[in-house]
Amino acid sequence: MERTLRISKIREGIVIDHIPGGKSLKVLSVLNIGEKSGYTVSVAMFVQSNRMKTKDVLKIESRFLEKSELDRIALIAPDATISVIKNYEISEKFTVEIPKRILGILKCNNQNCITNGREPIRPEFELLSRSPLVIRCIFCERNMGESEIHSSL
Amino acid sequence: MLERKSIVSIEDVSTEEMFEIFRVTDEMQGSIDKKKRLTSMSGRIMSTLFYEPSTRTRMSFEAAMHRLGGSVISMAEPKASSAAKGETLADSIRMFSSYSDIIVIRHPLDGAARLAAKFSSVPVINGGDGSGQHPTQTLLDLYTIYHSFSSIDGLKIAILGDLKYGRTVHSLVMALSRFDVEISLVSPPILRIPDYIKSRVQDNVKLREETDLNEVLSNCDVLYVTRIQKERFSDMNEYNSVIGTYSIDVSDVDKMKKNAMILHPLPRVDEIKPTVDYDPRSAYFKQAANGVPVRMALISLILGD
Ligand SMILES: Nc1ncnc2c1ncn2[C@@H]1O[C@H](COP(=O)(O)OP(=O)(O)OP(=O)(O)O)[C@@H](O)[C@H]1O
Ligand SMILES: [Mg+2]
Ligand SMILES: [Zn+2]
Repeated sequence: MERTLRISKIREGIVIDHIPGGKSLKVLSVLNIGEKSGYTVSVAMFVQSNRMKTKDVLKIESRFLEKSELDRIALIAPDATISVIKNYEISEKFTVEIPKRILGILKCNNQNCITNGREPIRPEFELLSRSPLVIRCIFCERNMGESEIHSSL
Repeated sequence: MLERKSIVSIEDVSTEEMFEIFRVTDEMQGSIDKKKRLTSMSGRIMSTLFYEPSTRTRMSFEAAMHRLGGSVISMAEPKASSAAKGETLADSIRMFSSYSDIIVIRHPLDGAARLAAKFSSVPVINGGDGSGQHPTQTLLDLYTIYHSFSSIDGLKIAILGDLKYGRTVHSLVMALSRFDVEISLVSPPILRIPDYIKSRVQDNVKLREETDLNEVLSNCDVLYVTRIQKERFSDMNEYNSVIGTYSIDVSDVDKMKKNAMILHPLPRVDEIKPTVDYDPRSAYFKQAANGVPVRMALISLILGD
């Protein structure tokens, strides 16, 4: 049990909880939150957790998430819990889910794949396994594992 | 079953459809033997789009379509045509599918045929893409084996050579894994089969990786030899270290079973010595000849009558 909130309450925004320890910076990067974004963000890294060995927690003020962002988060933090905060209270809470078809959010890491050229298509992958994470490009049929996915996001 | 279907990967062909293709191939071979004039594809046009050089695959597709009474249009050297002007493959395919009833494509990029099938309004057959798939080669390989042994189940199959870049091997291993076979993969360590193919081989198949050909020669039923393809290497030192690693000669063939069969997708360089051609176990020219009736069967089944 977390007896106290490590970070003070936010009025509006999102909390991304149960991110694997150390992965929160990657989550921020796929959300394009960096030097210039201007969002107020609290990052807690390597927090003790009952469910996971250690976890990261992100609290981002005045920011909400789109479906494609949730899919990207799921590929980094497959057990992440998203809480939407409105007026200091949790208005909505759900877990992310890696979609069976992953469309347009990441590039194939096979340099010889047709999707890495100028063709008018979005890269598309099929989810083969959640744990360990393995996806397959529906064009070149090559598999990508967790580390390849993360470096391609 | 295969009507209007695109064949990009061997997995697009079910086992049932495969045997249907073999049955029709026998019929087609029969009419070739009887010099019977076929007209089932009369009025139909096939376009062959080869963005990469090919002799056998393109000519056997064209021969197949002509034998069925159809016609063929071909793209001139891709360097001189639209690809060189920067047109996307998607745009080219949208055009060409309005010119013909079926498209055969070979392309240097992996996944090109799948993309073509998405943008085409007519069926697309993959004639080989990148280091990916070459499903019609696999169909004719399997047909050759099936025709000779009357069954694929129970066979011991050794595959030799470049298992890393050889797309014919990738399709073949995936297709063989549907049957109850033992596969031995013999290659220099740096040309082992990629994990993404190995992971798709079904669990029922016994798969062994070897570097020594002598381990498998005496007990295999089929020895499938492939060429080490120079053009697939970016590192010439690597290439030089593996060429000539395997070369089948008469003394190797002597160690094989009497009814075994030697296959090769051709062209060969040094992998099989010409003296082996006189041994009844060498079946690679028959295998190449089967390319025409197999493709006739495939075209007929896809385009219907
Ligand atoms: N107003 C708020 N401002 C900032 N963070 C908040 C706010 N309300 C809740 N949280 C955080 O949102 C997350 C989810 O809250 P909840 O009360 O559901 O936690 P929990 O009981 O630990 O749930 P779980 O089972 O998901 O761990 C927690 O990390 C909590 O600290
Ligand atoms: Mg908690
Ligand atoms: Zn790909």
